Amino acid sequence: MSDTPERSAEPAGGITTRSAEIAVAVVLFGIASLVIYDSARLGFRWGAEGPGAGYFPFYIGVIIAVSSIVNLVQAAFGRSRVRGAIFVQWQPLRQVLSVLLPAAVFVLGIQVIGIYVASAIYIAGFMLWLGKYGWFKSAVVGFAVAAVSFVTFEVWFQVPLYKGAFDPLAFLGY
Amino acid sequence: MEDISALMHGFAVALTPFNLLLMFIGVSLGVIIGVLPGLGGANGIAILLPLTFSMPPTSAIIMLSCIYWGALFGGAITSILFNIPGEPWSVATTFDGYPMAQQGRAAEALTAAFTSSFVGALVAVIMITFLAPLVARFALQFGPPEFFAVYFLTFCSFIGMGKEPPFKILASMMLGFALAAVGIDTVTGQLRLIFGWHELMRGFDFLIAVIGLFGVGEILLSMEEGLAFSGRAAKINSKIVLETWKKLPRYWATSIRSCLIGCWLGITPGGATPASFMSYGVAKRMSPDGQKFGTGQLEGVVAPETAAHAAGTSALLPMLALGIPGSPTAAVLLGGLLIWGLQPGPLLFIEQRDFVWGLIASMYLGNIAGLIMVLTCVPLFAAILRVPFSIIAPVIIVICSIGAYTVHNAMLDIWFMLLFGVAGYAFKKLSYPLAPLVLALVLGDRAEDAFRQSMLMSQGHVQIFFANWLVGSMTALGIVMLLWPLFSRWRERARKPAAAAAG
Repeated sequence: MSDTPERSAEPAGGITTRSAEIAVAVVLFGIASLVIYDSARLGFRWGAEGPGAGYFPFYIGVIIAVSSIVNLVQAAFGRSRVRGAIFVQWQPLRQVLSVLLPAAVFVLGIQVIGIYVASAIYIAGFMLWLGKYGWFKSAVVGFAVAAVSFVTFEVWFQVPLYKGAFDPLAFLGY
Repeated sequence: MEDISALMHGFAVALTPFNLLLMFIGVSLGVIIGVLPGLGGANGIAILLPLTFSMPPTSAIIMLSCIYWGALFGGAITSILFNIPGEPWSVATTFDGYPMAQQGRAAEALTAAFTSSFVGALVAVIMITFLAPLVARFALQFGPPEFFAVYFLTFCSFIGMGKEPPFKILASMMLGFALAAVGIDTVTGQLRLIFGWHELMRGFDFLIAVIGLFGVGEILLSMEEGLAFSGRAAKINSKIVLETWKKLPRYWATSIRSCLIGCWLGITPGGATPASFMSYGVAKRMSPDGQKFGTGQLEGVVAPETAAHAAGTSALLPMLALGIPGSPTAAVLLGGLLIWGLQPGPLLFIEQRDFVWGLIASMYLGNIAGLIMVLTCVPLFAAILRVPFSIIAPVIIVICSIGAYTVHNAMLDIWFMLLFGVAGYAFKKLSYPLAPLVLALVLGDRAEDAFRQSMLMSQGHVQIFFANWLVGSMTALGIVMLLWPLFSRWRERARKPAAAAAG
């Protein structure tokens, strides 16, 4: 995924690799602090009957903290990284978000109206807006995928899936 | 010879009509999974795993391992016809495979790829047949310190042999261990790292992580590249197959080298992807036609495919014999064993003979089934890729969500899947490796148990990891692996001034 020279020469901006590296390192450091904090609470020393519950995670936390500091320093001051390298440009980022945000809405939808109805709406909507398909085709594909998964899981394998807080499919009796 | 009769018994187990049916279903699902972007061996199996909970374990593992073979075969189809590697290990196949397709020799390239995949897998299975029982018998003497030393060596090899920056490998691996520690501590029963959030008591299931990191993350990555498929058509007929088969024996030396590279990198946790690249590189250097590599050489397809399959298959050896998976997909299969109530490790060969030898026999049969399937059905599978991405992407997200939900019937897991997807996207772009994270998440509890038991045995002295030659040499090798990046950097620095002076 290395940028070709002419692409990085473009004035089109984006999130720089440097800031992405720093962000990830900071998040990892945050996780490490949580791990260390809770391990210290549990006791990382030698307890009554051997090493305490926090013994192992404590050192794990310390190693994450150390390596994220190294990664942070390398990202911020390292000379190996080309300054101004782009992690993701705005246009591709928009495309990524156009998948990610609807996916988040979809998961929220599962919580409310259940996996089957949410899937049908999600697939149809995705095809309609991003795929520029017609109403009819989108609705057919959305319905078909939901119906096939319903038959596969509820009827065939008898694995009940999440029906949501308001179960709109209650009338089917599954 | 005892093993041969055990294998024959295994064939009897695997050759029931039900298991044969599962084999063909598994292989065709696997090829589809391998062809689709965003679904690969690891997360495909993770998604289907919950469906096998009610099956007998032997049938379940036969189906799931056949999905794995299918995915290994499927990666080659997209690389050759579309120049899109469906799987990371088939990237090297595109170098010569796609040029061949452009020259109208797609069928020849596909036949060569499938056949050499089959050869690589076969060699690896034969090796497993004879080596795995020996390793398991040897490992029966292992105590907690030895097991911890094996884990230590496994994880240090990631650092020593990985191409990514060592501290990123370390961070990603340790994140896996930290996530594994979330939930109830198996020894003291205390709640760890849940910060009062009781739904976290279950911990982070690695299946969720695999589905998110590899499935959702991959979709986000493909979306960014804005996929435009422009594929070559291919139809394989028996004449081309026979003609290609006549040419293949010429590359016997490349084949043997690739098998060796593949088996070695498969057993050690190098995995199929580095194996395919290394094998391509070695073939290029050793071949008399090395200069022409990259322009559509048959040998350039044979080398990476043989190695990738040999590595992918032999990754199951440490999983079966020691309970330590050599690849993320093997890790998912190992997770399956735990769910079906089987304890992975050397005792498996004694207590679950039907299971182990049924699985090994199914490796032979599954690869034959796979070869037949892909040779006959290539146009069908290639047609899948002609379905536009704007239909495939949401469908895969739906499938991933269903898969994440069915693991524990927990809604929260779907949210975690999405979170892991974003993390997978960022990690992949910043070259944090995902395999060590997944393996650490799977093995975390077991590694921790081994460590704590060893510490109890020695009353807290680390010397126990050097107590005898066996554990000592494994620990020492692990430390060498851990420090390898330092050593190689030092060597590079020593060489650079010399090269500058010479130039």
